[in-house]
Amino acid sequence: MLTLTCPCCGVTAEETEFSPGGEAHLKRFGPGSSDQEYEAYMFNRKNPRGVHFERWRHAYGCGKWFLAARCTMTLEVFGTYAAQTLEPPAEIVAKIKDRHPGWEGYS
Amino acid sequence: MSDMLNSALPGAGFAGFVTVNEAGLRGMITLRGDLSSPVLAGVLKDAMGLDMPAQRRVTQAGTAFAAWMSPDELLLMLPYDQAGAMAQKLAGALAGEFATVANVSDARAVFTLQGAAVFDALAKICPVDFSDFAEGDIRRTRAAQVAAALWVSGADQVTLVCFRSVAQYMFDLLCAAAAPGSEPALYA
Repeated sequence: MLTLTCPCCGVTAEETEFSPGGEAHLKRFGPGSSDQEYEAYMFNRKNPRGVHFERWRHAYGCGKWFLAARCTMTLEVFGTYAAQTLEPPAEIVAKIKDRHPGWEGYS
Repeated sequence: MSDMLNSALPGAGFAGFVTVNEAGLRGMITLRGDLSSPVLAGVLKDAMGLDMPAQRRVTQAGTAFAAWMSPDELLLMLPYDQAGAMAQKLAGALAGEFATVANVSDARAVFTLQGAAVFDALAKICPVDFSDFAEGDIRRTRAAQVAAALWVSGADQVTLVCFRSVAQYMFDLLCAAAAPGSEPALYA
C-alpha cells in the first residue's frame, strides 16, 4: 500500500484518500510550439521502473495538489513537496541517491 | 423532493456499540481566503468571537465553531437560523479582501457518534489512524465511498459532516459500522 503525507495539511494517509495526477514536472507546450514538442508534452511519459516523480491530489482531504517522489517498484516514498516546485528539491534528490546509488538523476 | 425545512434525516438514530444520531440542522458557512491574513482573523474575531484555528484544529466561542478544512478554507458552524445573516455580515466585512463567504448549511448533513468505541466504528469505514486523534481535532477523509469530515467534538464523541445528498448512505453505513457484536476492539 502506498502511504503519502500531504504537505498542504500534514495528514499521512493511504492512497485511496488521494487521486493520482500522472507525471510531475512536465513542461507545457501550448499554442505556438512545434508539433513534435506538443506531441511529446501530450503523450510521451517516462513511465520508469524505479524512481518516479508524480502529481497527487488530496481528493478526500484538503483538496490540494502536491508532488511526490517514490519508487514504482517498492512503493517507497522519498518525500512529498509543494506543487509549486519546478524540479525535485535537493533533500529529496539526496535521499533518492542514498537509497539508489545507481540512479541517473532527474532530467 | 427533499424537505428543505428539515434536516436530511430528522430524528434518525441508532444505538449500537456506539450511538449514531442525525444532529439536525446546523448553520455552516464556508470561508475561503488567506488564513494567515490578519484581516481575515480580525473579521472572524469581531463577527463571531472566534480565534483562527491552527492546522486541522477547531476553535470555539459559545455556540460557534471554526474548523480548519484546508490551507485556505474554514468551516464556520453556528446555530442554523443565524447562518444567513452571519454570512452576509462576513461578506460585508470582507468586501475588497481576497476571500469568499458562502452559506452552505442546506448542503450538509451532520451526525453525532457517541461511545467509548467511537474510533472503532469509524476505523471500519475510514482509512485513518485514529491513535493520535485528540479532542478538538478535525480531519477530512472518506467514509467508504463518500467524503466526510470527522471532528472530535467531545469526550468519546465525534461529529461527522457530509453532503446532504449522501445522508441516507452515510447513516446506513454508520449503523452497519456500529452494529452490536461487531467491535474490532482496535482503540477501545
